[in-house]
Amino acid sequence: MGTILEAFKQAIILIFSFDPEFYRIVGLSIVVSGTAAVMGSLIGIPVGVMLAEFDFKGRKTILTLTHTFMGLPPVVAGLFFFLIFKRSGPLGFLDLIYKPGIMIMVQTALATPIVAGFTHASIEGIDPRLGLQAQSLGANKFQSVLVKMREGRPGLTAAVIAGFGRVIAEVGAVMIVGGNLLHHTRVLTTDIVLQTRMGNDAYALAEGIVLILIAIFVNVLLTRMQAERGRNEIEKRVTGYPT
Amino acid sequence: MEKIIEAHELKKIYGGRKVLDVEHIFVKPGEILTVLGPSGAGKSVLLRLLNLLEKPTSGKILFNGNEVQSLSGKDRVDASRRMAMLFQEPLLFKTTIFNNIAYGLKIRRKPRDITREKVESSLELVRLSGFEKKMPSTLSGGEAQRIALARAMVTEPSLLFLDEPFANLDRLIRRELQVEVKRILKENGLSAVFVTHDQEEAARMGDRIMILNKGRLVQEGTPIEVFYSPKSEFAARFVGMDNMLRGVVRGNDDGLVTIDVDGKLVEATGYAVVGETVNVGLRPEDITITPVICAGEPTSSRNALPGRVTDFEFAGPVVKVTVECPFKIISVITRRSYEELDINNGNEVCIRFKATSVNVFEISDEPHKMIDPPRHDETPPQDNKKRGNPVKRLLRHVNEK
Repeated sequence: MGTILEAFKQAIILIFSFDPEFYRIVGLSIVVSGTAAVMGSLIGIPVGVMLAEFDFKGRKTILTLTHTFMGLPPVVAGLFFFLIFKRSGPLGFLDLIYKPGIMIMVQTALATPIVAGFTHASIEGIDPRLGLQAQSLGANKFQSVLVKMREGRPGLTAAVIAGFGRVIAEVGAVMIVGGNLLHHTRVLTTDIVLQTRMGNDAYALAEGIVLILIAIFVNVLLTRMQAERGRNEIEKRVTGYPT
Repeated sequence: MEKIIEAHELKKIYGGRKVLDVEHIFVKPGEILTVLGPSGAGKSVLLRLLNLLEKPTSGKILFNGNEVQSLSGKDRVDASRRMAMLFQEPLLFKTTIFNNIAYGLKIRRKPRDITREKVESSLELVRLSGFEKKMPSTLSGGEAQRIALARAMVTEPSLLFLDEPFANLDRLIRRELQVEVKRILKENGLSAVFVTHDQEEAARMGDRIMILNKGRLVQEGTPIEVFYSPKSEFAARFVGMDNMLRGVVRGNDDGLVTIDVDGKLVEATGYAVVGETVNVGLRPEDITITPVICAGEPTSSRNALPGRVTDFEFAGPVVKVTVECPFKIISVITRRSYEELDINNGNEVCIRFKATSVNVFEISDEPHKMIDPPRHDETPPQDNKKRGNPVKRLLRHVNEK
């Protein structure tokens, strides 16, 4: 127990020492996973909405694939990208392997199905008559879908949070395609593995704490963004007056 | 006469099941057409097709004389924008009342100052001025439905569709809104198609009534025609002709038909072939009850039958009495007559009804598939769920003690 407490103390000291090496790793984690989450949302939200709102050939197949890939093991995704992009692989000439770019790509591939799946579920859960109501007021199909997306804001926010949560916490894929190279592709999760193996418990723990703080910060930020209006509404419901 | 909307041979098939098959339906300018039918009759589908929210499987829809059913893209939206629909639920968006009402104007890209003006006047129309900044969750059911009406009216449609808009409201509010919506429609000279399963509401709202069953048009006419001369057993039951007897025609003399019902002779005005088996329909309100000693007295009622009270039920201001004579007849009498007649199970009474109150129908194809007519004060299903079965409610009450 004592050693854990000691490690914890050292971890706090490390966080507040603003060691550039440490914060470079933190920064790369945020950039790689943040970009992947944004790109995953940019692809996943439209895909999820399409799956919920439009009937087209192959819809069911895409939906099944989406649901399957929601549980895709990151190491497998990493392996797949590695085989394609390694120097001797079919796309090896692009020289992407062991660089942050490929890490963003593989994490985007991991985030997209999660965002799409959650988006699909949340839009599907909105009363379909709401779309009809919008259309009967003169909306075209696209505008009526926008109405449903606005109503499904909490669900869409959850989708983005889940997508980000998936990639910020992921080790296997970035380890394989990034290689955990110091100053280049080392991120929090891969470094935690390395530091633990080397016996630097405090260092690993400090990284773990920062990782959790990032997750909390992003969740709060996104939830706030969508709840700003909702909060006023709840206030009014309770007191009868707007804030 | 010109028609604002008209449809011919309108059919809709979902997954191989025909849900709607209407030969002809039309609405004249300024007219309110009510479509009456049980749930699952295809009423909502009919509205969605007419509002161009869905495409019919086959058939033609003419809006102001132009064929519109197969339009697509912008043309379809343009045609659809001249109509609006109000649903059973208010379906307000999670934003301010102002934004809700302004929605139709925003997507039509109306300038902001015009929008503000129109929203204000449409709130005035539904008597909720000053509600602009409220959120939908703070409104009562009646208010929410008024806002939904304002949101539809602000787009200045020439045709309004109303899909059971008051079904979830309690009786008093429903009545108030029925009167108000009718006033608004009439004052603005708007045409409307009003769908309901409540016969009373259909009669109150409609200039003309259509009865729809299993996707097909059963009868069409003025409220008086539909309520007092239903053409089929289904229509009769649905418009509240609770007494439906079966008899054999014994005589037919100059517009007066004599029918043998369980050995008793009933006289009816109309025409029927002697020897044919027919249905005899009677509205409970058309049957009076008198003390049995008056049985011989002459009255304007041609039919007078002695019988015995087997059941009675208080239904608000009236009493529903079942008399066996020997077939069962339900009569609705006032509370006062109930007291004067000393109605009690087993008491002997005499029932009377005019020959003109008796409706004679051919036997319909599927008499046993008939659904029960809706009750006047039918509560929406949500309420039932909340209140639950009366016995269970009582048990719960006892258990709590």
